[in-house]
Amino acid sequence: MKSKVALTGNEAVAQAMKQINPDVVAAYPITPQTEIVQIFSSFVANGEVDTEFVAVESEHSAMSAAIGAAAGGARAMTATSSQGLALMFEVVYIAASMRLPIVFPVVNRALSGPINIHCDHSDAMGLRDSGVIQLFSENAQEAYDNMIQAVRIAEHSDVRLPVMVNMDGFITSHAMDVLEVLDDETVRNFVGTYVPEDYLLDAENPISIGNFDMYDFYFEHKRQQVEAMKAAKEVIREIGKEFGRISGREYGLIESYKLDDADVAVVVLNSAAGTAKGVADELRANGVKAGVLKPRVYRPFPQDEIREALKGVKAVAVLDRAETFSTCGGPIFADIRNVLYDLKNDIKVVNYVYGLGGRDLRLEHVAQVFEELENIRKTGRVDETVKYLGLRE
Amino acid sequence: MATLKELSRVEERFVGGHRLCAGCGHGISVRMILNAVEDANVVVGCATGCLEVASTIYPYTAWNCSFIHNAFENAGATISGVEAAYRALKKRGKIDRDFKFIAFGGDGGTYDIGLQSLSGAMERGHNIVYVCLDNGAYMNTGIQRSSATPTGADTTTSPAGKVIPGKQQPRKDLTAIMAAHNISYAAQTAINNWQDVHKKAKKAIEVEGPAFLNVLSPCPRGWRYNTPDIVQITKLAVETRFWPLYEVENGKWKLNYKPKKYVPVEEFLKPQGRFRHLFKPGNEHLIKAIQEEVDSRWLALLERCGETPELPPR
Repeated sequence: MKSKVALTGNEAVAQAMKQINPDVVAAYPITPQTEIVQIFSSFVANGEVDTEFVAVESEHSAMSAAIGAAAGGARAMTATSSQGLALMFEVVYIAASMRLPIVFPVVNRALSGPINIHCDHSDAMGLRDSGVIQLFSENAQEAYDNMIQAVRIAEHSDVRLPVMVNMDGFITSHAMDVLEVLDDETVRNFVGTYVPEDYLLDAENPISIGNFDMYDFYFEHKRQQVEAMKAAKEVIREIGKEFGRISGREYGLIESYKLDDADVAVVVLNSAAGTAKGVADELRANGVKAGVLKPRVYRPFPQDEIREALKGVKAVAVLDRAETFSTCGGPIFADIRNVLYDLKNDIKVVNYVYGLGGRDLRLEHVAQVFEELENIRKTGRVDETVKYLGLRE
Repeated sequence: MATLKELSRVEERFVGGHRLCAGCGHGISVRMILNAVEDANVVVGCATGCLEVASTIYPYTAWNCSFIHNAFENAGATISGVEAAYRALKKRGKIDRDFKFIAFGGDGGTYDIGLQSLSGAMERGHNIVYVCLDNGAYMNTGIQRSSATPTGADTTTSPAGKVIPGKQQPRKDLTAIMAAHNISYAAQTAINNWQDVHKKAKKAIEVEGPAFLNVLSPCPRGWRYNTPDIVQITKLAVETRFWPLYEVENGKWKLNYKPKKYVPVEEFLKPQGRFRHLFKPGNEHLIKAIQEEVDSRWLALLERCGETPELPPR
């Protein structure tokens, strides 16, 4: 049974966590994630879940305790944003290398400094190379759906990796949205019971985890993580289909929006994809063949799907809500350009950095991007590869 | 209390094959403490450091029980997580066996970088034992000073130089800090007295809620004493009152050992290369200052323990 409800993104994620009813949640408050821990704490206090909630003294300890819990054989979760994720940095890598299926929502917020509480993706991009799976969510519905699927993806025997579920701070986390939630039983059946393979609390089979790994084995272990990431793509697709059967909403690695015959396309993550789709619709009405590509999965990177989706496009703009300071563009730009290089189709790819520190991305900004893409398409000329949107220069 | 003979028959949870240095206090401390666990499985948590590096070189392990090493500063949080998993899985009927949770960290991982994580774990009341193996410096990285390094010690980051004679600051009183968390049990012990270690380990393990043990664990490389003299050097630390044996049980402080006579701290300092520079002519005042520090801490401890604050007879 499904029901339509009005929830904020944070409420939707907390609702998913309630329905999953994990064994252990260890978390620490940080804007704009705080509500998730607050709401979840009230579920614990009111007996709506029987999770062991560990109110730790920092995000470093939140992930560390989640690692201890998951290694112990528990279904474990945490949640954070921005500085909290930065503080966790060290242990996120460890969680991935231990192959622990920890699911953790990240409510995307700009990293200090200067200190700021609003949305950008610099927090998530900082963990891009950590070995965790990164899912992105356009709205509260997707954040809710991703949370539920994340449990299955993380725990799949071909994967066994942490999954970070991203949604935009304030824009998604605090805005009231209409979404469809599943009933508890459907969620419970979908996520199933976690059956750990090797775990600390298996009295018959004691194990050592986190061993000192030298040049004779470290490399092979990192390679195995790559294999798990590769396998994750198929697993994410399968689980996305299965989720479609219980919810009517099927998920893949990317969302292709009007790309089949598109001349110009925008690639963008999370909530800005909604804005871009709106603009594409308007342009389509005026005869411009505009499309949008929204990677739902950023790590592992869906290169085949993206290459396939963009192969017929003449000009692409990648919108990055994070800076790399490489002086040659944002993180997604580098990935997309890399993927399109093999096509030898001379697709022009440009980059726009937008929305840092919560700066609004307005419809006219995206319209401007499409207009510039149209110019590139017509003239075949790119004047400037990396630009900034909505910035006072 | 178990006899040594009985303890020698207990199945070891920390076994041979590890690569700790000869004469290292860590292996002795860990075996003694784990031998005090009766009728329960154990999960050991471990901070990064000598113990972890020397006992878990992949694909080997010296741990005959479940073991987790996460990072340097988070042994407290990590073992909290395992303990929370235990409570959750037990509550949900997924496991039925009894477990004890014991974390080990060096003084660097405990007094310094792991203090916050440990403090959080103690405050939250997890049913865990945290054991600090205090050898008074970052020995694994090559003998750098920590906040547990004794005043005057020559380390690679508090070197005895021409101008500055070793570490200038007194030690942090970690055991008192842990006791200030109002935990069920906090104690300080040393391996020269196996009965003291065993008794305290047993109390720490059996008490409900968090417990803390601070174990003096000599390091022949960092302290530079004659390796076979480990027990002797530890004994001198206790006899000179540099390392008093005491416990704080439910808020009640108790002194466990009172030296019969006044042994000057020199006796502990002299056999150790890290204090050699203090014995150069003209440095008498440095030893005097260390002695004053030891004496004043001793008197304060006696007062806390409800004893007459007086020095042992000379």
